[in-house]
Amino acid sequence: MKIIEATNLSYAYGNYDENGVQTEGSDVLHGIDFAVEKGSFVSILGSNGSGKSTLAKLFNGILVPTNGTVLVDGMDTKDETKLFHIRRKVGMVFQNPDNQIVAAIVEEDVAFAPENLGVPPDEIRVRIDNAMKTAGIYKYRKHAPHQLSGGQKQRVAIAGVIAMEPECIVFDEPTAMLDPKGREEVITTVRRLNREKGITVILITHYMEEAAASDRVAVMANGRIVADGTPSEIFSDVEQMRKLGLDVPQVTALAYQLNQNGWDLAPDILDEQSCAFAIADYIERHSKG
Amino acid sequence: MLKDITIGQFFPGDSVLHRQDPRFKLIESIIFIAMLFAAQNFTAIFVATLFAFFAYAVGKIKISLALKGLKPVLPLIIFSGVLNLFFITGGELLWQWQFISIYENGIETAVFMVVRVVALIAGMSLLTYTTSPIMLTDAIENLLAPLKKVKFPVHELAMMMTIALRFIPTLIEETDRIMSAQKARGAQLDTGSLKVRVKALVPVLVPLFVSAFKRASDLALAMECRCYRGGEGRTRLRTLKSAAIDGVCLTVTLVVAAAVIAVGFVPWII
Repeated sequence: MKIIEATNLSYAYGNYDENGVQTEGSDVLHGIDFAVEKGSFVSILGSNGSGKSTLAKLFNGILVPTNGTVLVDGMDTKDETKLFHIRRKVGMVFQNPDNQIVAAIVEEDVAFAPENLGVPPDEIRVRIDNAMKTAGIYKYRKHAPHQLSGGQKQRVAIAGVIAMEPECIVFDEPTAMLDPKGREEVITTVRRLNREKGITVILITHYMEEAAASDRVAVMANGRIVADGTPSEIFSDVEQMRKLGLDVPQVTALAYQLNQNGWDLAPDILDEQSCAFAIADYIERHSKG
Repeated sequence: MLKDITIGQFFPGDSVLHRQDPRFKLIESIIFIAMLFAAQNFTAIFVATLFAFFAYAVGKIKISLALKGLKPVLPLIIFSGVLNLFFITGGELLWQWQFISIYENGIETAVFMVVRVVALIAGMSLLTYTTSPIMLTDAIENLLAPLKKVKFPVHELAMMMTIALRFIPTLIEETDRIMSAQKARGAQLDTGSLKVRVKALVPVLVPLFVSAFKRASDLALAMECRCYRGGEGRTRLRTLKSAAIDGVCLTVTLVVAAAVIAVGFVPWII
């Protein structure tokens, strides 16, 4: 089952004359075909200006495609009568945690979406308590947002989306403004949402380490998807990634460097542990010989 | 300087006043204001002031806090006192020096005005001291609800207040940051004449406004993503519930108000 299905998607930001005809504009996306399976964890990578944020905004009807279609659980985002249902299925978390929090108390903010959906008060209470526990901010429920750290604030924003009970959450560079500790907190929460709650996650990022943990990585450049596959498939092609102005996870880069110097490590090493094992194994093999 | 202002602040607590339904508190405050303006003589204003003291005791709020809160409005109070003192004529002429003259009625009115203004500010401060901003917003939204019939945007107003309250600390933080950044580049923000200082604020305000607009646009997007579509069909996490104690407090307020007005009609009471 697919939750999001984009076909031949194009988008241009542009100026329109009085008849609504586009006069000039820069095409940001060109003919993208992209589908996301329910329950999967997909990362979208790309350097600045590659169109990844624009693509994210097309997934829940904030932007409407200039050409092509986006179907969310079978509903076309061009259909304005369906927008409300589309948005409750596909939630979105943005970069700046400060600019997503509406209310002056954490639990009030988390309740914002269920309030908008017209959920009865008793059920709102249940939903927000669950959402805050999932995001690990339950003990801060009476705090004011400005008393929290960046990572905590971003988790408040995540809890606010979870309380809506969406099937899919799009994260648009959720860690770009956070310190390493906050980044870790947020990514752990994102992974838990996917594994434990079965929520489909689309993570837009430029941190390779974050993308390495997903089921699938799509790489964007100049408004096109230029590579799409499992993290090991994508990151093992270090040269291609560098050509696109992107990095690979540090351990993958290390393995690549070693291989350049005559080692023969697997090219698709993505985490520290397997890297350490691979190096130990190599040393063992060669010291015996 | 900004942190000295205690008007509008909220001091969490667990008194009867803190636990009262905010709608009732708001109504009682309005009755209190009416009471102060209806007071016709010294006895009446004395009763009303006594009631304010009583309310502070019930709310377990220190009077000193209210006095501190008066500090920023002190010039205003003195101004209104002095104005009345010199410009009201009538009664016995007590003192004269060139064109300045003070009459008996002038002193009376001046004292009366000052007591009234002080009681007014103290009374309104008590409302915010004992009510969280969110509760206050809820109460306003709830009390104004009938105006929805005449298309008055009650929900929008309440939402705007909520967002404003949410962003005050964020924007203060940001102002601090911008001021530090400008100081680091040699801006002189707290020296020079008034004119120079006002001018120096421009490079602080411009980035602040730009960022506030950016925040507003981001927030609007985030709200839309969380299915916000105005007040229609919206439920609330907290519903306001009134208890017996609310009725008691309202009754006490009404009785005092009635007493204050009645006292004003008794001719032999000054």
